[in-house]
Amino acid sequence: MIQVKNLIKVFGTKVAVDDVSFSVEKGEVLGFLGPNGAGKSTTMRMVTGYFRPTSGSVSICGIDMLEEPEQAKQRLGYLPENAPLYSDMTVASFLGFCAELRGMHGTVRTKAIDRVLDLCSLDSVRNQSVDTLSKGYRHRTCFAQSIIHDPDVLILDEPTDGLDPNQKHEVRGMIKRMGKDKAIIFSTHILEEVEAACSRAIIIDRGKVVADGTPESLKKLVPGANSLDEVFRSITKSDTVSQKAA
Amino acid sequence: MSKRDLQNTLAVFKREFLAYFNSPVFYVIVVIFLLATNGFTFFFSRLLDSDDVSLATRFFVWHPWIYTVLAPAVGMRLWSEEHRLGTIELLMTMPVSPWQAIWGKFLAASLVWLIGLALTFMIVGTVCYLGDPDSGPIISGYVASYLYAMACLAVTSAISAFTRSQVVCFIISVAFCLVIALIGDPGLTQAVVNAVPTGMEGVVRFISYFSFMDHFFEMTKGIFVLRDVLYFVSVIVVALLVTDLGLRSKRA
Repeated sequence: MIQVKNLIKVFGTKVAVDDVSFSVEKGEVLGFLGPNGAGKSTTMRMVTGYFRPTSGSVSICGIDMLEEPEQAKQRLGYLPENAPLYSDMTVASFLGFCAELRGMHGTVRTKAIDRVLDLCSLDSVRNQSVDTLSKGYRHRTCFAQSIIHDPDVLILDEPTDGLDPNQKHEVRGMIKRMGKDKAIIFSTHILEEVEAACSRAIIIDRGKVVADGTPESLKKLVPGANSLDEVFRSITKSDTVSQKAA
Repeated sequence: MSKRDLQNTLAVFKREFLAYFNSPVFYVIVVIFLLATNGFTFFFSRLLDSDDVSLATRFFVWHPWIYTVLAPAVGMRLWSEEHRLGTIELLMTMPVSPWQAIWGKFLAASLVWLIGLALTFMIVGTVCYLGDPDSGPIISGYVASYLYAMACLAVTSAISAFTRSQVVCFIISVAFCLVIALIGDPGLTQAVVNAVPTGMEGVVRFISYFSFMDHFFEMTKGIFVLRDVLYFVSVIVVALLVTDLGLRSKRA
């Protein structure tokens, strides 16, 4: 459902994403791993049509993102990093606005809002201004926005960032449940999360895919490694190490 | 234009328009605008002390200068705020084309301005009470004034697409609107024409033709010329195209 081919993104002279290809099928949850600055967010921004790739192609449910951006975007939900929200709106009016942009009106819209308010446990704050929400609620509001139209493809940039352990657990459960009939990509720094929720994982380092497989098969990549943590450390170089080498 | 295009523009328009009412900026600007228009008209132009109660020379004449400062204050949040909050990333990954969003926002700011302008009705009431004015120049004066305001808003929209700072957007927009108003000043144009070497006068006159001022004053005199209306409409369209360019460059 998500097809990414030879994606390259160059900012000035810096190659942020270097020839990344992968695909995600329906029913798959793909974990996107990598050190800070590896190109995870940039890749996701290209998949969602926010950034225009320098070269390469993205297709969502068979629709080319560059040729028919509106149609492709209609089929995906996106939670950007840091969960941005319009601070002057209430939770319900924000979700209503997003639903309208997704082409929902009237009772369809009202039902969609109620559904996600319930799904993300936001009912108690529905008429509260977004400005006054705690971080967990803000995050869930933005998450609710991404699933309001029940999309086939879901792209989540650090969906558990800044949440407390209970909320993290909830979000992981939600991703896993929804993963049964959607194609999901989510990025994270937390490796246990990958084992808990993903059916497949990609490790990306300095713009390149360095590993792609199930969490189990990734562990076998490095002989003697007991956890994904060790695998991650041995195949990606931290910024400080690569700087020393240079 | 399909139904869906209109709905998208309308959704953005509605959100943006309500956002103005939820922030104090709108109320502050409307109050300042009313104080400024009434103050200039009654105290500087001494509308009540003269026999001639022409609105063009005593009321509309001040508008370009007021808009130079106030229109950027209304428009500066349009795209800068989206950049600052990061919501631009949400908006641009929705099935909405940038062009629809640009129009939605611009029209919301324009409607805000229409409300402000409509509240100056007391001045029209005053002239009608004092005399028996021609309605033609009043109507064309209002149209000219509103087009001028919309042109300033569109310019501000374009500048706000390039920066996440509302302050930067405001300062650059004011400077831009001021320059484009000043280059049309007949006295200033004449002074520059006298200063430049012979042969260059044409260039100076050509540049001054791009000022909002000429077109504005032609219209406030009651000469409703399609050419001047088209001038403002094309300024607005060009500024919105630049907005699109700005948004693209940020996403490149």
